[in-house]
Amino acid sequence: MAKRPKIFGLLAEYETPADLYKACEKVRDAGYGAWDAHTPFPVHGLEKAMGLRPSLVPWIVCVMGFSGAALGYLLQWWTSVVDYPLVISAKPFNSYPAFVPVIFELGILLGSFGAVFGMFGLNRLPTYYHSVFNSSRFSRASDDRFFISIEARDPKYDPDKTRELLESTNALSVEEVED
Amino acid sequence: MSHYLPTTHEHDIDPVEGRMALVQGSPSFAEVTEAVVRPIEIPHKRWWIAFFISLSMLGVLGISLAVLLWEGVGVWGNNIPVGWGWPIVNFVFWVGIGHAGTLISAVLFLFRQKWRTSINRASEAMTIFAVICALLFPTIHVGRVWAIYWPLPLPNQMQMWPNFRSPLLWDVFAVSTYFTVSLLFWYVGLVPDIATMRDRAKTKIRKIAYGIFALGWRGSHRHWVNYEAAYLLLAAMATPLVLSVHSIVSFDFAVSQLPGWHTTIFPPYFVAGAIFSGFGMVLTLMIPLRAWFKLQHLITTKHLENMAKVILLTGSLVGYAYAMEFFIAWYSGNPYESFVFVNRAFGDYSWAYWIMVSCNVITPQFIWFKKIRRSAAALFVLSIFVNIGMWFERFVIVATSLHHDFLPSSWDYFSPTMWDVSLLIGSFGLFFTLFCLFLRYLPVIAIAELKSVMPQANPHYTAKPKRKRHVTKSAVGVVESREDDRGSDDGEVNAEVSESQSVKVVVSGANKKLDKKPSDEPTAEAAAEEDDASAEAEAEASGEDGSDEEDKG
Repeated sequence: MAKRPKIFGLLAEYETPADLYKACEKVRDAGYGAWDAHTPFPVHGLEKAMGLRPSLVPWIVCVMGFSGAALGYLLQWWTSVVDYPLVISAKPFNSYPAFVPVIFELGILLGSFGAVFGMFGLNRLPTYYHSVFNSSRFSRASDDRFFISIEARDPKYDPDKTRELLESTNALSVEEVED
Repeated sequence: MSHYLPTTHEHDIDPVEGRMALVQGSPSFAEVTEAVVRPIEIPHKRWWIAFFISLSMLGVLGISLAVLLWEGVGVWGNNIPVGWGWPIVNFVFWVGIGHAGTLISAVLFLFRQKWRTSINRASEAMTIFAVICALLFPTIHVGRVWAIYWPLPLPNQMQMWPNFRSPLLWDVFAVSTYFTVSLLFWYVGLVPDIATMRDRAKTKIRKIAYGIFALGWRGSHRHWVNYEAAYLLLAAMATPLVLSVHSIVSFDFAVSQLPGWHTTIFPPYFVAGAIFSGFGMVLTLMIPLRAWFKLQHLITTKHLENMAKVILLTGSLVGYAYAMEFFIAWYSGNPYESFVFVNRAFGDYSWAYWIMVSCNVITPQFIWFKKIRRSAAALFVLSIFVNIGMWFERFVIVATSLHHDFLPSSWDYFSPTMWDVSLLIGSFGLFFTLFCLFLRYLPVIAIAELKSVMPQANPHYTAKPKRKRHVTKSAVGVVESREDDRGSDDGEVNAEVSESQSVKVVVSGANKKLDKKPSDEPTAEAAAEEDDASAEAEAEASGEDGSDEEDKG
């Protein structure tokens, strides 16, 4: 007998955001941890139905933005006061009002890097291989279908009980996905 | 899945919000994907024509740059009082155009203007390409292109650092930051749509190419939470950024001590002008685009009308700024200042000044007429005038202040050479070539964002009412007429909608429903197959927790 392939978990397919929303509430209430919803667009309020915590991105942006601004001042102060002091139109070396535009721009620049790369980092992207792509139905997750995946590594996962739970949620289909 | 062919527009009411639907014809999610992606998968003959013309213009740019680098800046018409000439005019012109994209994507996002979702992708692309064109001009204007990295604070063997007190250096930081942030903003918005392209790709090359740029996006909601936070913050940072960039560009002028440039009105006046010209260019691009790609149900007349209103507002602000400059020139009692302005309107460049005034101040006033602002053809013509007018505005600012400076013995007249003209044409070639490539390979509408503003994207929207309609009698009429028009595909008003909501539907829908054509009937077979699924949905949907949430929403 051939070795059975390793199972990633169960994938349930839904037709509307409303069905998905209610199913997410059920899965959340059943106490699962290693599960996810996959949608073609951000469904409003789904994080509440899934019981997710707020994003950490704002903290990253805050830190990065202020460091960018600080770096901007440091750069201008060090070059104009310490390393290359040169009198230009009788202005003081540390002419900080003239430094504001560059401080501002560098703050925005590093803040944006924090937002974009922080977001990709938290999401662990790029991840070019993921087990959900093994399902042939999953290609519609970027078009018009909504999915819930519950992973087998979840301690509450039980092939039959989890399937029962998902089938009770008005899913169009529930399938086992290989790892 | 049949392709959705729009037959009627502007009649559909959003059943959740009770106002004009942003997406007309009530397509399903799949039909929206199809409508946006189809032109990319099957290129149109018109695309090849447009691309070929743009490419020839790009060739003009290549030749002009080669001549310029070989001969030096002497090939231009720049002379000693008018040292800035066309390159700086073109720079400010392109940067200005580059402002509408971020305005649409960031400022309208913060103001929750949902109509932006149909036009933000193409406008952001326009922004990036316009800023590329803009960056070209200061680069070549320095004359020694190979030394262009000098304004960057790089350690060097001369042990010198740039002068951070100069607005020209602020400009380097502002425009390059703006370009980087716009590019990131655009790419973040593109990732889910590139994933859509990846999942639809048929050929191996497309699968790999889209696959790489989609970064393995799988629509995970755990990702969406971070994604939406990042997007909101990017918008929040891009909004002050967009205002700062053109303010700083105006500092290039305002911080100098030339009459006509040294005014405090410049930053807001430049920002208004930038938004004005940017929206002008968006209309110039979008009106043919929506017709050629058959996207009139996604980029509706309402969208054009909204953009026209922004043009009217900013055009009037610009007109106010022109008047205020004159007033202050007189009121300040400064003879140099008043000379410059009288010279602007009645001197050597009065022809340019009056072209500017008629294009920027008079033309937009036609938008007060509803017939004109709802006519795509009229708006297209109008947008061309806006583009011309805004180019002349920058020309007037640069040329008139410089050609008659403090010393009459050095007064001169600036006239462009053919290389000035060819560089301007060439920069349009660069812009349109990049835009054509964008149209060919990337979705012109932000598919994921557009879907999220459709009524059925709301998790409180239910496909079928529980009972046979409990709403007021007049509302039933509308609900049923909607059902007749569209089959029972996906969108009726839920029977549980509150009283006030259903009344709103009737009020705004009553006069529209009469002119609806019966031929407006999307996918009949899809409707049939979905019937069974939604029959189950209805029982649960309007059950326990459904109804109280509906009232909140």
